[in-house]
Amino acid sequence: MSASAINHTGGALALRRKITSIIGWVGCGLGLALVILPLLDIVGVVTVNGIAAINWDLFTKNTGGAALGMKNAIEGTFIITIFAMAIAVPIGVGAGIYLSEYGKNKLGSTIRFLSDVLTGTPSVVLGYFSYIVFIISFGWGFSLAAAAITIAILIVPYLARITELALTQVPNTMREAAFALGSNDATVVFKVVLPAAASGVITGALLALAISVGETAPLIYTAGWSDYAWSGKFTHSPVAYLTYVIWTFIDQPDAHSHSLAYAAAFLVMMVVLAINIGVRLTVRRK
Amino acid sequence: MKLRPFRTAVLGLSLLIPAALVAVVLFLVVYSGQAMQFNGLHFLTDVTWNLGDLYDDPVTVKGIQVPSGAEYGILAFIAGTLASSFLAILIAVPLAIGTAIFLAEAVPELERSARRTIPWLPPIRPVLSMLVELVAVVPSVVFGLWGIAVLIPFLGHHVSPTGNGYGLLAAAIVLALMITPIIASTLLDALSQVPKENRESAFALGSTHFEVVTKAMMPMVRATLIGGIVLALGRALGETMAVLMVSGGGINILPTSLFSPISTIASFIVSQLDSAESDPTNMSVRALSEIALVLFLITLAVNAGAKLLSSGALNVRKRN
Repeated sequence: MSASAINHTGGALALRRKITSIIGWVGCGLGLALVILPLLDIVGVVTVNGIAAINWDLFTKNTGGAALGMKNAIEGTFIITIFAMAIAVPIGVGAGIYLSEYGKNKLGSTIRFLSDVLTGTPSVVLGYFSYIVFIISFGWGFSLAAAAITIAILIVPYLARITELALTQVPNTMREAAFALGSNDATVVFKVVLPAAASGVITGALLALAISVGETAPLIYTAGWSDYAWSGKFTHSPVAYLTYVIWTFIDQPDAHSHSLAYAAAFLVMMVVLAINIGVRLTVRRK
Repeated sequence: MKLRPFRTAVLGLSLLIPAALVAVVLFLVVYSGQAMQFNGLHFLTDVTWNLGDLYDDPVTVKGIQVPSGAEYGILAFIAGTLASSFLAILIAVPLAIGTAIFLAEAVPELERSARRTIPWLPPIRPVLSMLVELVAVVPSVVFGLWGIAVLIPFLGHHVSPTGNGYGLLAAAIVLALMITPIIASTLLDALSQVPKENRESAFALGSTHFEVVTKAMMPMVRATLIGGIVLALGRALGETMAVLMVSGGGINILPTSLFSPISTIASFIVSQLDSAESDPTNMSVRALSEIALVLFLITLAVNAGAKLLSSGALNVRKRN
């Protein structure tokens, strides 16, 4: 065997390894580009068309009548979100307190597991469940109450798990110190543990808010749709919401409906992205 | 034992979560009872979903009032769901692997060498990985809007032989975009947990950087990767709005090509609101309840699988 032959094959192999490596890196970079570019395109398309569609009428007129604005939908999303949060935050934070402070046992892990199952349940299934229960069985009709409860069911598991995560980061010595001073359970949690973990809990609440603003499927079967402002009744009165404007108005043939859809998408996207970017920036800084 | 009112109160609140889940399952089962009785196994094996004549007098079958001519088969929707989700996984997995490897290994290197010439360069990797995470939080309906405005015209002009972009492929592409970040962030986490010794020994053996990644690091994170893929599958199966808006809404027909109009179980439920409202016998509401139950069970099985796989993945890492 001559040394040159070995050298030759060695050279070919080295070349092949180098080429494989280059192709591999380029392929990986392409993968990243194919994930990020559509996002930038989505943000770009929605922003350009959305800003072009924004005018004063959007915030002062309803979709009913000449369909000049979408004040009813903006108000509706706002109200549904407020009531959903009002129901979900006490339950979610309370459940998170239990899981973190007293849930290191079999019951706690069962609740944790079932909470994950609920998180994994498609939101349209939850919406349909609410339709059967609230709209048909209870006879509420499409209504704010049904919509807010459905969204609350959707976000409670997130709130519970994020609260739990935030509370378990509080050092045990703080709890022990408080107990040693004679505090009871509630005082320890409300005066010591929760304040120390406040930023984490608020983060969870903000992310839950972003979810409830962006949801559509669970609302279709619960909130219904109304071309006019919310009547102020909790039942028997359908509510408008922004995501509905996006998915129905983009299918209308006229350009004006399209611009309403883009304006709604712009508002929803801005809220969701602002919350998520803000949360990530503040969490990273710590 | 001392009564502890505070503990009892928060326990009560946390029990509401399992209670909600039990209520969901219970109501879906009870409400779909008559539909199960009427449909039998044909529910899963028939392609045709026909509401029957809603204006004619209802007929009584097996003691149950149904609109005349009604039959409820969801095979087409099951096929549409599985086809779009698996196609989405097929697109998403290579994208996610490329994304994760590039972010974990190439970007820090590029950043280092770029900083030699531009010392004031802001950190790039956190920005890029945040962008990837943000893809996952864009609301489904905004994806659908983008699908209609950008993707469908593109597919229609350049890809589809019929000039119609709606259908299976469009649904799969949108789904793939939505689930890629899930797989990518799972994989990114796992890659950053590979012990330094493994990388360094591979480098010491003379491997190129790419070989270190593919031959020394990827095999160690395989189980986690599979767990992430199954998790993403669970998300894709239940995704509703984006699919509804770009899938073409085909019913009563099995998909035969990439451009067949399809409906998934989730998108079909949403599209049937009007017919549910107009059926005097309520049978279609019951059948839809049965279909929601099927979707719940499918996603439950997939998510449970993901959970098992990821707990297995932890064991593998411990052994190393």
